[in-house]
Amino acid sequence: MSSTKDIDALIEIMAKLPGLGPRSARRAVLQMIRKRALLMQPLADQMTRVAATARECLNCGNIGTADICDICAAEKRANGQICVVADVADLWAMERAGVFKGRYHVLGGTLSALDGIGPEELSIPRLIDRIEAEGVTEVILALSATIDGQTTAHYIADQLEGRVTLTSLAQGVPIGGELDYLDDGTISAALNARKSL
Amino acid sequence: MEWRDTGILLSLRKHGENSAIVEAFTPEHGRHAGVVRGASSRKLGPVLQPGAQLDLQWRARLEDHLGSYTVELQRSRAAQAMGSRLALAGLNAVVALLGFCLPEREPHLPLYQRSEALLDLLGQDELWPLAYLRWEMSLLEELGYGLDLSSCAVTGAIQGLVHVSPKSGRAVSAKGAGEWADRLLPLPPVLRGEGAAEDADIIEALRVTGFFLESKLAPAIGTRPVPEARARLIDRLEQGLS
Repeated sequence: MSSTKDIDALIEIMAKLPGLGPRSARRAVLQMIRKRALLMQPLADQMTRVAATARECLNCGNIGTADICDICAAEKRANGQICVVADVADLWAMERAGVFKGRYHVLGGTLSALDGIGPEELSIPRLIDRIEAEGVTEVILALSATIDGQTTAHYIADQLEGRVTLTSLAQGVPIGGELDYLDDGTISAALNARKSL
Repeated sequence: MEWRDTGILLSLRKHGENSAIVEAFTPEHGRHAGVVRGASSRKLGPVLQPGAQLDLQWRARLEDHLGSYTVELQRSRAAQAMGSRLALAGLNAVVALLGFCLPEREPHLPLYQRSEALLDLLGQDELWPLAYLRWEMSLLEELGYGLDLSSCAVTGAIQGLVHVSPKSGRAVSAKGAGEWADRLLPLPPVLRGEGAAEDADIIEALRVTGFFLESKLAPAIGTRPVPEARARLIDRLEQGLS
């Protein structure tokens, strides 16, 4: 068994990743060993590089490989709009859509009484500083349509009221959604946010 | 072990990748936790929001076990809450206080009924602050710290009651207070169901109930402070005044 000690250790580490369990980690490791030159070595090199360079953007909280991320560094994205998101995963989801052309601000979570996350744990003071410094005209609150997400949105709205135009994402029927399968809370929110055609 | 009951979802804590430990307030089993498998799925995500009224089926091999819940939505309150800042602050305060105060697995049927009625009023901003005050008074009463505002603790008088004793929670008249008046809490008429019950009166009354929550109830159940969500609700009400 000692001959597979390193491999077992690798499987154990891989199994800790989200979406992978011990069985799928074993399969992934086996596949990498089979494609050592094509997959495993480039992956190891890339991981070493990212481990050395990945860091949080000092401006917005995005993850990048420089102190200031590409989005904040791009002059053309300084269009006066900041989109506030709870987490880096949300920022990446917005970027995948490719619709928003402004800059972002990552809060680092949402207010949660249960988890003891209060306003001071989120990067709201930095957001306020950015509004002044970057000449922001509109703040778009792109927070989850959950109780915690909307509590955070209202808290930020209170803090920024009068300083800047505040908007939030719409809530309602998702693209491809069938009414029959929607929960009544979503239907109620969609009806409240109906628009004229 | 198995039971089926209705319940108000109080909190949800992630457990592993897809599951969550859910706490619900039920009429027959009190505040009761259980694991919900697939809680982060697209199907269950919108259902498992604080304040939701759920049909709960709890199963465990032994009664002491955490057990698992099968949940079905009876009615969602998220949409009503998200539509109004006051409703959202109110919902957060109610579920946070219930999660904070209630002992586990101990039924409190009168409080459950009042909580369900209060949450069903969410979105009716003109009624809600007074309903919340009444609910908070019943919460104190249910947990053994009720205010007795029927007569003066010193003289027995039922008229001219203007103070509350911070020690006993009993009403005190101006005459009964004497030189101790400055050590007593004020008694806003709205606490006795009198007066116009304007928002300013309700806020003053909430300061009195808040005193008993912070100085009597919270120390009795542990070292944690009263949830911040309650202070945020009062801030919201105060902002409504200005």
